[in-house]
Amino acid sequence: MQQADKQMSRPGVLSAVLSIFNTSVGRKVITGLTGLGLVVFILGHLAGNLSLFIGAEAFNAYAHKLESLGPLLYVIEIGLLAVFVFHIVYAIAVTSQNKAARKAGYVQHGDAGKPSQKNLSSQTMIYTGLILAVFIVVHVVMFKFGPGMGSGYAYELHGEQVRDLHRLVVESFKNIWIVLGYCAVMLLMGVHIRHGFWSAFQSLGAYHPRYTRLIQSAGVLLAAALALGFFVLPIYIYLFVELPTV
Amino acid sequence: MSNLNLTLKIWRQPSPDAPGAMHTYKVDNISTHMSFLEMLDVLNERLVKEGKEPVEFDYDCREGICGTCGLVINGVAHGPRKLTATCQLHMREFKDGDVITIEPWRANAFPVIKDLVVDRGAFDRIVAKGGYTSVNTGNARDANEIPIGKEDADKAFDAAACIGCAACVAACPNASASLFVSAKVAQYAHLPQGHPERERRVLKMVQQMDAEGFGNCSNHGECEAVCPKGISISNIALMRREYMKAALKTGAAVV
Repeated sequence: MQQADKQMSRPGVLSAVLSIFNTSVGRKVITGLTGLGLVVFILGHLAGNLSLFIGAEAFNAYAHKLESLGPLLYVIEIGLLAVFVFHIVYAIAVTSQNKAARKAGYVQHGDAGKPSQKNLSSQTMIYTGLILAVFIVVHVVMFKFGPGMGSGYAYELHGEQVRDLHRLVVESFKNIWIVLGYCAVMLLMGVHIRHGFWSAFQSLGAYHPRYTRLIQSAGVLLAAALALGFFVLPIYIYLFVELPTV
Repeated sequence: MSNLNLTLKIWRQPSPDAPGAMHTYKVDNISTHMSFLEMLDVLNERLVKEGKEPVEFDYDCREGICGTCGLVINGVAHGPRKLTATCQLHMREFKDGDVITIEPWRANAFPVIKDLVVDRGAFDRIVAKGGYTSVNTGNARDANEIPIGKEDADKAFDAAACIGCAACVAACPNASASLFVSAKVAQYAHLPQGHPERERRVLKMVQQMDAEGFGNCSNHGECEAVCPKGISISNIALMRREYMKAALKTGAAVV
């Protein structure tokens, strides 16, 4: 027994623990956990975006508040980046294994019907996900690393010069192609969450004959609400918000 | 009911390594009272009389309880009828003039042996890793010695109803064996019997499942819809809980 204990504590402790998340069950725990984390992030992001409806001052104040978090912001950003990376890397690994598990496919494909949850959403997770990943890079480059105060995007907030993110957003969404592209990706995000939300719970082992039905319905509602929430903003800006005069 | 004239498109493959292809056959005057396998028997009798090689397919009991038969019929494992194995599927489910596609279970872990017969030895190797309970030798113990609640007994029985036909793997877009393995884990997880092996059972069975080359479970739930015994994907969630508890306690994915 002591011998066995000694052997267990030999080098390789880390690889042993990590092996938990390198099985068919463990990998899905990671994608599920990170997926739910991303849903929480998206909810927060949407809530912040809605300050645009109040006006330029509210939105710029919100953006400035985030930026003035200082080191804490970096910690949050690195954490968020890690969640994204784990979600994407594990999803790609899982999907490539799944594709490889059936090299000789069927001549005819069919659907078994209820109670199956297989649908367009569940079968396109990797595609909607990859499009979202590309979108996020473009999105961050466009706004977070877009023109700042140095390029004249300055706004006076309570006597302090802050970045005029509001003007950048409004200018961007006055371009019909950006509006259309943005809305199309938000639609795909809804499709992704349609399967992803309940699937994450199932991957974490949370199944209940009654609650799972509720979680599935909540997933559909959440997907629709998030897609709609992100839809409304660019359309509102395109149609109703005046371009600020510099 | 009038009899059926059907066109069958069947996967023919002479040996594991030989290339296969879909072949088309006509069968006439099929009684709607026949089972699907009896319909194939009619075809095979004719092929034998014509001096041709009959279509190879698996079956044993033809009562829907042994789990030996299994065909993908028009893209759906075990065909169109719910909670029904291929042998219990009857021709009344089809219409005159139908074209029926018949394929073997498809998964790398289930190589085709011949025509519609696949090697499901991977399931046996998974079960060998943990589908047992330790018992005391000596006299048989009284059957009702250990009291077990009705709810637990029901859940264990629901999982134990799995006949190991592998339709879950065939239907899964990822060729995952999660429903089968979870049923084999769950049938013991609700009972005091087999408790000493509880942790190593789930870890070793998951390890073997992965080693056999099955895919990961993406929660499509197609498996539950084709299962002739209606095994619920709640068992897959249970297997994941069992796995995480056992793996975190052990500190590794293997014991």
